[in-house]
Amino acid sequence: MKLWLARQRYLIDFTLASLARRKTRNLGLLFVYTVLVFMLASVTLYSHALRQEAARVLANSPEVIVQRMVAGRHDLIPPGYIEKIGRIRGVQTREARLWGYYYDAVTKANYTFMVPAQGAPAGGEIIVGPALERSRGLAKNNGISFRSYSGKLHTFVVADVLPQASELVSADLVLMSDESFRAFFDYPAGHYTDIALSVANPLEVRNVALKLAAALPDARPILREEVLRTYASIFDWREGIVLALLSAAILAFGILAWDKASGLSAEEKREIGILKAIGWETGDVISMKFWEGLLVSLTAFLLGFVAAYAHVFHFAASLFGPVLKGWAVLYPRFQLTPQIDGLQVATLFFFTVVPYAAAVLVPIWKAAITDPDSVMRG
Amino acid sequence: MRPADRALIFLTLAGAGFATCFLDATRLRAAAANDANGMATLVARLHLTDLALFTEARYTRHPSQADLHSPFQDHPQALEHFPTGSLIAPPAGLTRTTSEVGAGETAK
Repeated sequence: MKLWLARQRYLIDFTLASLARRKTRNLGLLFVYTVLVFMLASVTLYSHALRQEAARVLANSPEVIVQRMVAGRHDLIPPGYIEKIGRIRGVQTREARLWGYYYDAVTKANYTFMVPAQGAPAGGEIIVGPALERSRGLAKNNGISFRSYSGKLHTFVVADVLPQASELVSADLVLMSDESFRAFFDYPAGHYTDIALSVANPLEVRNVALKLAAALPDARPILREEVLRTYASIFDWREGIVLALLSAAILAFGILAWDKASGLSAEEKREIGILKAIGWETGDVISMKFWEGLLVSLTAFLLGFVAAYAHVFHFAASLFGPVLKGWAVLYPRFQLTPQIDGLQVATLFFFTVVPYAAAVLVPIWKAAITDPDSVMRG
Repeated sequence: MRPADRALIFLTLAGAGFATCFLDATRLRAAAANDANGMATLVARLHLTDLALFTEARYTRHPSQADLHSPFQDHPQALEHFPTGSLIAPPAGLTRTTSEVGAGETAK
């Protein structure tokens, strides 16, 4: 064992000396390789963390949201509609929601106006989301006016600002009382936007949705699992777009690696010939090149991954964030919680390190099994 | 020091950096646990259904709640024109052919 280790150390010594002879070329390759791993790792780390964050946050959203459809479009819930749902077995609670959109011409942004089921502010008061607080320069007890769709100006007092930590879900929220909401939007009495249902048994959710669709043919039940799936597919799609854009870089690296793999330079061939002529065995030459492939690819993988981690979780993914997150006038400021998927890291390792190490070995094996004399003569 | 030893020390340090990423992730997750709980409570209290990521249109602010017509509300063959729309996947129902979609199903 000791002998084997000593032999490997000598091989690594020789490999490093050989790499140093073509310093610029090899450092260039290492740099490109590291940047490639960095880009791929950044995209996968960011998308995975964003998907996990969405799944974790929305795990507490209502089990079923019931909308009413008229002519294929979302319509208001009329009086008496909620009572019909109450008769469906398995439904534990049903809460009518009141919410809508308001376009603010000052910031050129849409706000989500909402009436909370519990803890609604008093009439004439509002609780605003942190992005709204920033964009309109608001503070607690400030007054703010919005012109309603009927043309009337409504003035509200900011009773509170939602915590900055919740910005991912509350950036554009404006919470107000039932009366203020109805007065502002001229919302008909007894009507609601949609209904949130809670189902006692999670296994029953799908059955409840089926019963709902049968009892109320104009109802569109939206299950929590569908909401979660929507977000998973949004970020999968975005990850796919970035990876498609990066595919040019991946392809360029593939060509570089293939070029290195498919043909050895005359200098490398002569080096192998000399090594064989002075007594190196085929196995030694292959081991030496194996170390070369491993040292370059492992260094590129480790440096690329660590740089990607720092980029995504300590520098807010400034390079890819805008494409992966999307953008809006009122954009929430949030820091992603790191979630590293072991399988993803293993896949990245397999597809970046293994092909390169293998690509280096094949031509060397071909050159190493030929006669030293013919290899040296080229 | 021999070049092999220097290379192995460098790789060990890079490997330690790699392992540190996992430890750092655990530390940051623990530090953010309170914020995450606060956000989860708010979602449960307000019955929220969507992330406030793209506020430009109602079907991008609440993609899980929008009916399939909303991006094409101007007329049935209107092109979806908000920037986020080019980056959000179209709903599965829209990419199926008409013969695969049952009557009234596009609204679901």
